[in-house]
Amino acid sequence: MAAILDAQGLHKNFGAVTAASDINAAIERDSVVGLIGTNGAGKTTFINMITGYLKPDRGRIHYEGRDITELAPREITRLGICRSFQIPQLYASLTAFENMMAGIGVVLRNAGLGGFFSRGEPLVPGHNLPADQVAERILERFGLSEYRDRNAQVLPGGVRKLLDIALTMVAKPKILLLDEPTSGVSSEEKFTMMEMIMKAVRAEGATVLFVEHDMEVVSRFAERVLAFYDGRVIADAPPAVALEDPEVKRFVVGGELHRLDEAQAKHRA
Amino acid sequence: MEQFIAVLIDGIIYSAWLFVAAIGLTLIYGVMKIVNVAHGSFYALGAYAAASITGALLAHGMPPYLSYAVLLGSALLVTVIVAPLIERGILRFMYAKDEVVILLITYALFLIFEDVIKLIWGVNPYFVAEPYGLLGSFDIGDLTYPYYNLILVGVAIVCGAGLYWMLKHTRTGKLLVAVIHDTEVSRAMGINVDRLYLITFTFGSLLAAIGGAYTAPTISVVPGLGVEVIVLSFAVVVIGGLGSLPGAALGAVIVGLVRSATVHYLPEAELFVIYLVMAMVLAFRPRGLFSIAEARKI
Amino acid sequence: MKRDRTPQTLVLILAAILAVGPFAPQWTVFLLTVALAKGLVVLGLMILLRCGLVSFGQALYYCIGAYAAGMLGRLFQVSGVFTLMLAGMVAAGVAGFVFGFLLARYRSIFFGLLSLAISMILYGLLVKTEALGSSDGFNLLPSTLAGIRPADAWVRYMVLAVAAAVAFVAALLVHRYLKTPLGRLAPAIKDNEIRVEYMGASARHAIHVKYVIAAALAGLGGALAATTVGHIDPEMAYWTTSGEFIFITILAGTGNVIAPFLGALIFGIIQTVAFDISPNTWQMVLGSSLLVVILFLPNGLWSLFTRRKAS
Repeated sequence: MAAILDAQGLHKNFGAVTAASDINAAIERDSVVGLIGTNGAGKTTFINMITGYLKPDRGRIHYEGRDITELAPREITRLGICRSFQIPQLYASLTAFENMMAGIGVVLRNAGLGGFFSRGEPLVPGHNLPADQVAERILERFGLSEYRDRNAQVLPGGVRKLLDIALTMVAKPKILLLDEPTSGVSSEEKFTMMEMIMKAVRAEGATVLFVEHDMEVVSRFAERVLAFYDGRVIADAPPAVALEDPEVKRFVVGGELHRLDEAQAKHRA
Repeated sequence: MEQFIAVLIDGIIYSAWLFVAAIGLTLIYGVMKIVNVAHGSFYALGAYAAASITGALLAHGMPPYLSYAVLLGSALLVTVIVAPLIERGILRFMYAKDEVVILLITYALFLIFEDVIKLIWGVNPYFVAEPYGLLGSFDIGDLTYPYYNLILVGVAIVCGAGLYWMLKHTRTGKLLVAVIHDTEVSRAMGINVDRLYLITFTFGSLLAAIGGAYTAPTISVVPGLGVEVIVLSFAVVVIGGLGSLPGAALGAVIVGLVRSATVHYLPEAELFVIYLVMAMVLAFRPRGLFSIAEARKI
Repeated sequence: MKRDRTPQTLVLILAAILAVGPFAPQWTVFLLTVALAKGLVVLGLMILLRCGLVSFGQALYYCIGAYAAGMLGRLFQVSGVFTLMLAGMVAAGVAGFVFGFLLARYRSIFFGLLSLAISMILYGLLVKTEALGSSDGFNLLPSTLAGIRPADAWVRYMVLAVAAAVAFVAALLVHRYLKTPLGRLAPAIKDNEIRVEYMGASARHAIHVKYVIAAALAGLGGALAATTVGHIDPEMAYWTTSGEFIFITILAGTGNVIAPFLGALIFGIIQTVAFDISPNTWQMVLGSSLLVVILFLPNGLWSLFTRRKAS
């Protein structure tokens, strides 16, 4: 299967800090990839580079064969790559429904619909329904219908996360990057939330990359795992293999335990 | 060559005046993160208080050499009464609002004060020229300068050095620096931010009042005094960087010298050249010439 | 969806003005016309305020519009009201397009201060320009319409009628614009620009467009004001003039295109009454009113007519 997204040799420095060092990753169409690694390992930097928020110092990113390295985030969104955020980026003073409508408005405008000289109610491209129906439908898919008329800033944490992800679905993305979709949610709820997200997302036929710290969630939902450490990709394999990799165990999964072992060994010596 | 020296000296005098006028504004912004339009009101209040009190005391036979202290005293008096009233009475309830809204609130206060000043002091000009003429003048080549201008420069240096010393070497000063860097963390560490806000606002306004008080002997004190000062102070503070004290000094020097040069060489440009510099700085380095790096947002 | 009653209301207002105008005393006609002129400026400021932007220097475009009208009269003896207003609008719009490249990059205080600086540059330039009368400014020619110079008693009404018609069209167009996706983007830009960018739109581009519209409207208002008052001077670019516009904008709120004109009218009335009673307390009245509005009517006058559920 052809790679829908191809990152080659990505490097990124922030002064003395190396956030990305020779990152290579080819993502296949329709796959579900989990990005794991400790904080500061470079996962969000990777996402920021793919979505154009940061420009890599070296390296190229290709999407469906096209070089998107230098494009602005809004252009990349228009091409079909959407992302959600670690801290949900919502329109605080608007209701959940209005948040969705704002996003749909942009999609309409980018398609040249609903402008100053247009008449009637345009159909949203990709959904073939009027704007308000698209909003209701996506809200329902994510279980957010009851929050429809509540202001975004008063929504509970998990609901904000879901709304943030729901917003990404408006533009019918081909690739979805989810930055810690279940963070801040209790362990019992993580699975149910991921189930709902995956069902809603996969129904649209998107390729998914998600950042996750809970290894059980990763094993359950990812077909492939990219493990980050210190700006490098240290493992690229299916979860069963990747999570057993000694380097991954040391630097990602069991990092804390390893340091504890070292400290105890020093103490005894 | 002589004209060059004139430009330099005039520039320094004007810079000194600008510095005293603007330093309080940048201090208040740095600590409280508010742009205080009412700063111009304190300048005017200082000028009016100084002119009326000094004038009255002189008329009653006060030795003229005391007038320099009286100028300071008047500024102190009027600030200590008015500033806490404003901060505790009105601003205290507004800190949670958007910074533009707070600016508009201070603008409303400025408008109110313009008329309060008229109600208290009337609309006729006040003159208190004795302190200005008392010291005589000195010559540099063909140019004559009143010694009073040296007082102005002296006041600027004292204010600047004093503020610097206070921030570095006093406990209150160090607490202020903490708040300048991060208000939330300071509060979390138990610093009484509310009390510091009161101190800052009073002190910053006092500096404006001192600026007005020491300018009073050189002009006729009329209504509308604060109007031009506030915009010029904005220019100085923006050029140096909002909240930066060395920036205010640099901004004052730049604006002072540029204006002085323009007045001598290109008088038509006198009024707008300062705002041109302000616009250019805003365009290329919006955080001013002394800017701090910004942290990652997402 | 609520029925949109704004277009009908605008028609009613226009009809009322045109009908009542000939019978109203001259000072009322003058007051109304000035309110329409200032209302146009504030209509533009309202568009920017919806994005969360407050321009501290909108008087720049007001003044450009006024001086464009004045210079057309002085240099080419043009006195047709429509032509002058059009010239003011175009001159200001072009200036707004140019400055917009710079200003659309800034937000909040910096946007405000930069716009202030530019307006003060114009002020400084005009005060020192002898050819334009320096700080005294100069007078405009008596107004005409399509080449016809009406009798003295009818001039004011003619200008009012033209002003009302132009304001009606402007309000209608802006109302329509605010319903397009770009117009609707304003609250989103105000709340979260990063999200806007990531949804596929450029906040900077949207703001640039809105800035040009606001500049054009201010120029339109400035030319109208110049025609009505018959005199222009650099004070029209001074920051206190911008302050008046900001006051009216806050007073009006962002609820509806009618609000700016209503706010300008109320401002005019308060100003006239306050000056009559005591000229030396006008600023105090203005300042106190601004405080009251900010504290108790943060969404402006229009929020009195509509109640919005917060949560």
